[in-house]
Amino acid sequence: MTTVAAPPLVEMRGVNVAFGGVHAVEDVTIDLQAGEVVGLVGGNGAGKSTLMRVLSGARPADSGEIRIDGKPVVITNPRDAKAYNIETIYQTLALADNIDAPANLFLGRELTTRLGSLDDSSMEAETRKVMGRLNPNFTRFALPVKSLSGGQRQAVAIARAVYFNARILIMDEPTAALGPAETASVRDLIRQLKGEGIGIFLVSHDIHDVFDLSERIAVMYHGRIVDIVDKADVTPDEVLGMIILGKRPKEASQTELAQLELGG
Amino acid sequence: MTNVADTAPGQAQAPPRTSIRGLIAATEIDLRLFGMLVALAALLLTFNILSGGKFFHPTNMVTLAVQASGIAIIATGMVLVIVSRNIDLSVGSLVGIIAMTYALLMTEILPDVLGLPADFPFRWVIALGMGIALGAAIGGLQGFIIAYIGVPSFIVTLGGLLTIRGFVWYLSSGAAVSGLDRDFQLIGGGAIGSIGGPATWVVGIIGSVAIIGLLINGRRQRRRFGFPLRPMWAEVLLGAIGCIAVLGVAAFANANLWPQGLANRIAIEQNWGPAPAGGWKIPTGFPYPIMLLIGVTLVMTFIANRRRFGRYVYAYGGNPDAAELAGINTRWTILKTYVLMGVLCALAAAIASARLNGATLDVGQSYELYVIAAAVVGGTSFAGGIGTIPGAVLGAFVLASLAYGLSFIGVNSPGQNIVAGIVLILAVGFDTFNRRRSSS
Repeated sequence: MTTVAAPPLVEMRGVNVAFGGVHAVEDVTIDLQAGEVVGLVGGNGAGKSTLMRVLSGARPADSGEIRIDGKPVVITNPRDAKAYNIETIYQTLALADNIDAPANLFLGRELTTRLGSLDDSSMEAETRKVMGRLNPNFTRFALPVKSLSGGQRQAVAIARAVYFNARILIMDEPTAALGPAETASVRDLIRQLKGEGIGIFLVSHDIHDVFDLSERIAVMYHGRIVDIVDKADVTPDEVLGMIILGKRPKEASQTELAQLELGG
Repeated sequence: MTNVADTAPGQAQAPPRTSIRGLIAATEIDLRLFGMLVALAALLLTFNILSGGKFFHPTNMVTLAVQASGIAIIATGMVLVIVSRNIDLSVGSLVGIIAMTYALLMTEILPDVLGLPADFPFRWVIALGMGIALGAAIGGLQGFIIAYIGVPSFIVTLGGLLTIRGFVWYLSSGAAVSGLDRDFQLIGGGAIGSIGGPATWVVGIIGSVAIIGLLINGRRQRRRFGFPLRPMWAEVLLGAIGCIAVLGVAAFANANLWPQGLANRIAIEQNWGPAPAGGWKIPTGFPYPIMLLIGVTLVMTFIANRRRFGRYVYAYGGNPDAAELAGINTRWTILKTYVLMGVLCALAAAIASARLNGATLDVGQSYELYVIAAAVVGGTSFAGGIGTIPGAVLGAFVLASLAYGLSFIGVNSPGQNIVAGIVLILAVGFDTFNRRRSSS
């Protein structure tokens, strides 16, 4: 790994999260540079989403430290995270189905008139602008998001994250519910955001997504980081091996690798 | 959103539809609300026919409206409570304890403890303010237990229902208390407790101007941002219907006259001279409780649709996790819905105690059932996130019309309950059926 003079955009050090007796995240240390995509991979229950929920303020860590630009910060709820320009696209999208797209986009950060009333017209106008960039075919601004397609709902969730000048973006399975064309446009968006200097944590099951988009890949297994590797140094099969075995390629025994071959 | 006159950039032009459904859609009327208005009109018409045309007398309609006002006022708050996936069963007891508080304030506490005699200026305002503060405090306490400690609202407010009603007994040592200030009694309505003919016309005209102003302002806003506009005929139609409805209701309220005896007595007291041929004809106009209800409905609709708090209530009801992840202080939002309920209960208690000129131990008894029924008949869904304030007010009027109409044609109170219960189930069943059909 290269050493850099400037502190990383985000550092998470020694983060622990336990649910009852189960360690969902155990002593995890990870960092993210500006303009970098770090892919976060692992099997179900590996702790990827829980780790990201710590950073987005949805689930405070039991112990550990978070630094932003080298300064320690305390994030105990989503409001704190947003104050540090950490935006999250959740796997569930976290949309309120009964209200329309502008209301969802600005939820918690509504535009108001001078008297403090909701300025729905301005919010709709801003939503039209940002959606025009992300999904030009989107026209249903006055309908509850319940009546939108999966791709349109995803677009609303993404618009919400990018509209507010995110510096740190967490994307949890951003393409899981999308068709091929929509997936391609999300990939384009990720490259564009990376170019703008935003640091992105990309949580994904899709190893090709991760190889295609990220600079570094962090593999998690049973709540721990197996390794954080530069993409150039590994093959997809080696990453797959780490995901399944929870060991670095060199540590795995020949028998285990053979079993993996057989199983694959 | 069909028949788009102006089209925003990037806005796909919908093909113009000429079906009735398309025309109605062009006016962007809330169809549910419109359907409820039609149902209410049909209900009133049925009672009018069954009673041989006597039901539509202005006095009946005004009395019916006053009877509905207390329930309707609380129902506007119950909408927000149910929308945010909670319930409040304590409203009846809350009305009871606040009504008793008003009575005790004006008969004992204000004159004896605080030294404010009955002729102290604006004493009724002081009493009302204390009642509202008490309602907000009790509501806030329940809201705190629900939102911050996490006890289910059903349990907290069920406990509240029992506990608060018990306190009513202790407050007055089991006795009924009567003798409120004259000014305070006006809140209860009646001939004197109404705003009078000229003021009613003024209210009607202000209402009409406001409707037109809102339509014009809405259109201007849409044009400024280049959003699709309603077709002009729809705007004019909406404005015309709105104005006719508002002025019609004002005219109807003004057709309600003071009772002859009361008019004669006042005429003698005030030295109006000899009565004209056919006796004094003094229009009562809108009773004060109706004015209060109109005000509450407007303010609550504004809060629900135009304030952050209202937006957060709906967002929480639609998806509590999403609201939390969006950074909304959800606990504080829930607590506030209960504070609001307490304030609304204090207003309803003012109407109830003013009509009684005092308070008994059972003021507000089973209000919670009618309030919840009104909200639900008005389209509020227990699944959360769905419900409107005008809908709940209409729901309260539907229930009050049923009760008043049935008693008018001679159905006794158990019979009224049977019908009200069946209507509640039918209304919700119909609604569920409709939603399922429209979503599939």
